[in-house]
Amino acid sequence: MIKLENVSKSYAAGIPALNDVSLYIEPGEFVFVVGDSGSGKSTLIKLLLKELEPTSGSIEINKHKLENVKHRDVPRFRRNVGVVFQDFRLLKDRNVYENVAFAQRVIGMPTKTMRRKVPAILSMVGLAAKYKSYPREISGGEQQRVAIARALVNEPKILLADEPTGNLDTHNAWDIMKLLEEINLRGTTVLVVTHNQEIVRAMKKRVITMKKGVIVSDEQAGDFNEF
Amino acid sequence: MRISTFLYTLRQGANNIWKNKMFSLASIATMSACIFLFGVFYSVVVNFQNVVKGVESGVAVTVFFEDGLSQKEMEEIGKQISKRVEVSKKVFVSAEETWKEFQKVYFEGAEDFSDDFADDNPLVNSAHYEVYMNDVSMQESLVTYLQSLDGVKEVKSSDVAANTLTDFNRLIGYVSAGIILILLCVAVFLISNTVTIGIAVRREEIAIMKLIGATDYFVRAPFIVEGILIGIIGSVLPLGVLYFMYRRIILYVAERFRWLSGVLDFLPVDKVFSTLIPVGLILGVGIGFLGSRLTIRKHLKV
Repeated sequence: MIKLENVSKSYAAGIPALNDVSLYIEPGEFVFVVGDSGSGKSTLIKLLLKELEPTSGSIEINKHKLENVKHRDVPRFRRNVGVVFQDFRLLKDRNVYENVAFAQRVIGMPTKTMRRKVPAILSMVGLAAKYKSYPREISGGEQQRVAIARALVNEPKILLADEPTGNLDTHNAWDIMKLLEEINLRGTTVLVVTHNQEIVRAMKKRVITMKKGVIVSDEQAGDFNEF
Repeated sequence: MRISTFLYTLRQGANNIWKNKMFSLASIATMSACIFLFGVFYSVVVNFQNVVKGVESGVAVTVFFEDGLSQKEMEEIGKQISKRVEVSKKVFVSAEETWKEFQKVYFEGAEDFSDDFADDNPLVNSAHYEVYMNDVSMQESLVTYLQSLDGVKEVKSSDVAANTLTDFNRLIGYVSAGIILILLCVAVFLISNTVTIGIAVRREEIAIMKLIGATDYFVRAPFIVEGILIGIIGSVLPLGVLYFMYRRIILYVAERFRWLSGVLDFLPVDKVFSTLIPVGLILGVGIGFLGSRLTIRKHLKV
């Protein structure tokens, strides 16, 4: 569950990046957040990851009020929120298996558990055969699958995807979206920030449109105005 | 902490050194130079102190008695002297022994003249104690005490010898401490630089770690390990070299400069290194830890 109540975020003396935003996302929902550059989409993701603090308002994720999460508890909070980026952010000097296992390693998971879970998640994203490959040896779509596997291996309840298809061709972009939909069908709440209008229309999911830090529309089944 | 996480942290620390070879090598070399110089200074200082101690042990205070004091009264004074913490040993020299010693030196080559004195001892009141000290810097307080004793006529001491040795000892201590301190600061600075570069190289990885829920400890630990490993390598190498060098040098000096024996006796290798090895290792580990810890506080906000 994601809940924002009158959230504003201002950077030093400028127009607020988010202005009095309120929204509620049910557990298990699939939601697109769309809008042009500077609409506040990335700020929203950073606030949800507690990379930034809101100037005012309250954010609640999985029943945790973020203002009450202390600095030392942020790592534990983030383990319940998977995140995927446009530029994949894989470790270039580690192979596919090691990149996914890395997410388990940082939370202190036993090696035995890693050996069981990492191959399973790699099978789910269709990369079981490429577990020894390095990021430079696989395509952009495959790199994004590795990033998704890494985000999911710790079984977060929420998956945030910031422009996950931004660096991919149409074919790979569709594959990634299908994978995200499949993950959502397994019960994970998925929030995708994108400006790929074609995909958003075709997927027929809830769409939140942002403009200059404000939610201008919140429609079901892929309906939204051009931005 | 899990063993697997601990081993992973160790591996990452070692990887940091490997990935950042040039700077790591520079840090290890500087650390080695520091520990080597520290070891050289230490060896020189402890050996010098050993020589000084030998000289000090020969510096004595002479206590003369008032005329007509009985043997028993002198022994009583001797007991009081023995109770003092400054005293390492005391030797009683009777008037007869003093006269014999005087005769030996003064009438050397003209022993017939001394026969004129027959049993007459012109130094009848020259019985005395030679009092040796644990530390010559304690001489002043001992002399004051001895002068206050009943039955003591005169206390003779060499202030110049005592003061010179004490001052020289102190000077060596200060100079060594100063040089070592400067070297240690340089080592901390270089390790700090190496770790800073390591953090810069791994900035992307650190950002990913933070996003997927790594604790501050997990992010920081490899850099601490890196500093400590540099410290260990940088101290083990020079200590090993010093160990063999020291052995060689004392053997060489003992063989080639036999005439120095008794004047310049080196401390045995085990005696020097039983202190130098643990101190050197602790210094290395401490400097490594300090260098990386300071850098992490400054450059790695997690």
